[in-house]
Amino acid sequence: MDIFLQQIINGLVLGSIYALVALGYTMVYGIMGLINFAHGEVVMIGALTAVAVLKGLAGSGIPGPLQALIACFVAVLVCMLIGYIIERVAYRPLRHAPRLAPLITAIGVSIVLQQLAMLFWGRNYHTFPAVLPSAPHLIFGAGITDLQILIVALAALMMVALVLLVNRTRLGRAMRATSENPAIAGLMGVDINRIIALTFVLGSALGAVAGIMVGANYSVAHYGMGFMLGLKAFTAAVLGGIGNLGGAMLGGVLLGIIESLGAGYIGDLTGGFLGSNYQDVFAFFVLILVLVFRPSGLMGEKVSERA
Amino acid sequence: MMGSLDFTGKRRAWLGMGLMGLALAVLPFVVGGALGSSWVRVLDFALLYIMLALGLNIVVGFAGLLDMGYIAFYAVGAYLYAVLSSPHLATAFPALAPLGLHWPVWAILPLGALVSGLFGVLLGAPTLRLRGDYLAIVTLGFGEIVRIFMNNLNAPINLTNGPQGISGIDPVHIGGVSLGQTQDFFGISVPGVHLYYYLFLAMALVIVFITVRLEDSRIGRAWVAIREDEIAAKACGINTRNVKLLAFAMGASFGGVAGGLFAGFQEFVSPESFSLMESVMVLCMVVLGGMGHIPGVILGGLMLAVVPEVLRYGAGPVQNLLFGKVLMDPESLRMLLFGLALILVMLYRPAGLWPSAVRQREFDEAAEEEKEQEALEGGRP
Repeated sequence: MDIFLQQIINGLVLGSIYALVALGYTMVYGIMGLINFAHGEVVMIGALTAVAVLKGLAGSGIPGPLQALIACFVAVLVCMLIGYIIERVAYRPLRHAPRLAPLITAIGVSIVLQQLAMLFWGRNYHTFPAVLPSAPHLIFGAGITDLQILIVALAALMMVALVLLVNRTRLGRAMRATSENPAIAGLMGVDINRIIALTFVLGSALGAVAGIMVGANYSVAHYGMGFMLGLKAFTAAVLGGIGNLGGAMLGGVLLGIIESLGAGYIGDLTGGFLGSNYQDVFAFFVLILVLVFRPSGLMGEKVSERA
Repeated sequence: MMGSLDFTGKRRAWLGMGLMGLALAVLPFVVGGALGSSWVRVLDFALLYIMLALGLNIVVGFAGLLDMGYIAFYAVGAYLYAVLSSPHLATAFPALAPLGLHWPVWAILPLGALVSGLFGVLLGAPTLRLRGDYLAIVTLGFGEIVRIFMNNLNAPINLTNGPQGISGIDPVHIGGVSLGQTQDFFGISVPGVHLYYYLFLAMALVIVFITVRLEDSRIGRAWVAIREDEIAAKACGINTRNVKLLAFAMGASFGGVAGGLFAGFQEFVSPESFSLMESVMVLCMVVLGGMGHIPGVILGGLMLAVVPEVLRYGAGPVQNLLFGKVLMDPESLRMLLFGLALILVMLYRPAGLWPSAVRQREFDEAAEEEKEQEALEGGRP
């Protein structure tokens, strides 16, 4: 039982991170209908920036939590800027191009960002400095650290804030209008370019926080970490129904839990034939299964025909 | 009425084809003589990539189904060749195959096409209802699943030898002649890479021929109809289910053939060669070249196979020449330039480097309308 609970806790932590990254994908998809393949790389840059800042502040005598806050702030700013540049350079000129053109520029941006990060931070793994005590609290025999509690709480808080932003504010209304029909939203006086840029910036900010969470949780950051993370988060977004905020959150948490349960129990389920190295197979298999029965994701609406 | 003119036109076409054939035939000797045989290897890989790009073009370019896990079929073909034509199985099934299996290439390639085609149907069947980006992520997942299985199927029965891969694969033999080593023909010694070049060229030409004929066929038109509007295609009496499955199967079988050739050429396969990045690369070839347009796709395949190699060899020396020392790691400079090239080509030629005339026209019209729209909006108070 305690192993089961432990897997659920691990899954929840991982899932919260997936959900934050998935929100970045789903926001951009909802408003422009394109897969922002470079988002995983933004997440990676967020994590590495935070490491750099924390290392710079290491001997300064500033208390740990404050250091973390500063690092977080800097990383979010850097990622917002990168998100803006990506939109401006790689997506805006192609807004009316054939559907796959922005996909290729996104792949190009992803490669460029990864290589730049490698030139800047090198090929080695950076240890993420520990700012919070790592002694776990015990609940029914399963352990959870302060950091993990913080991750889940912060992720939940940010998601609630985002939902409120989208549903209750003027900006949110403009975003929803743009995603519904950009031309008409434009005629109604919405500055579409600004809204789309803001969507990218917001998504990147969420991604930066998620990147720091991943780095802190596994206490390591690396220039190649964004790729698989982005892939998983995108899977989560699709699982929930891409373009749908609630779907991204549900998909993220679900994927996290499925994955950690899969890692723990896949051996028992298949009579020892498949080991925990099939964890990813399990996640993708669940995805395919879900999409077979609900082709537009768990919470997605019926997708319209897209040329 | 213009028979005579037609005749000269035809003759000129034959002449052009003859010259091109001659150029392609002497190419490896020219390249090998001028730049060294490692560049002939690059040409061999370019031909393999062209085959892959043409296969993917059927799925993405003709039928409009975004497949991001295409390399899985290449992997299936390669591993099939590796298992059926190497000593590998001797350890797992000593009773059945005491020396491993050593099937001839002409038995394996059709089988590879068939098995890969089956995998294509296996992927296509559950995803028939999915559209656009949902399909993209499922195919991507499928590609990863295949790769993970290749990585882990060394236990309980050692089929793929896990991350180490299978080595000692037999080189391709044709009529008792091994392509793995230098052979003498009428006093001319022809190195193995050159021999593979001719084999790959022949296979690539076969695939080009098949795809060109497919494009103009009833099936090809059905694919394009589905790409343009699936509901309308259905209303016109096209069995969209079968036609889509056929697209998956045909694309996959080309991938399988290319994979088999790859395994025989390398004499070694490992899961590393079939990562997601490879799928992305082949997709880039198709889109960058000009989706659905066969000459464009060939150009895309050629460019994306050759340009990174040029950068690999050029990045170090050019820096030395310009700055007197190597400022940047050539490997990352190469990837950096490659990424930038992808972005720039798409920004300036969104329909691809060499799009089909129809597609280019459609795109121009759309851009024209867009401009008018913007002029109207700009005129608003």
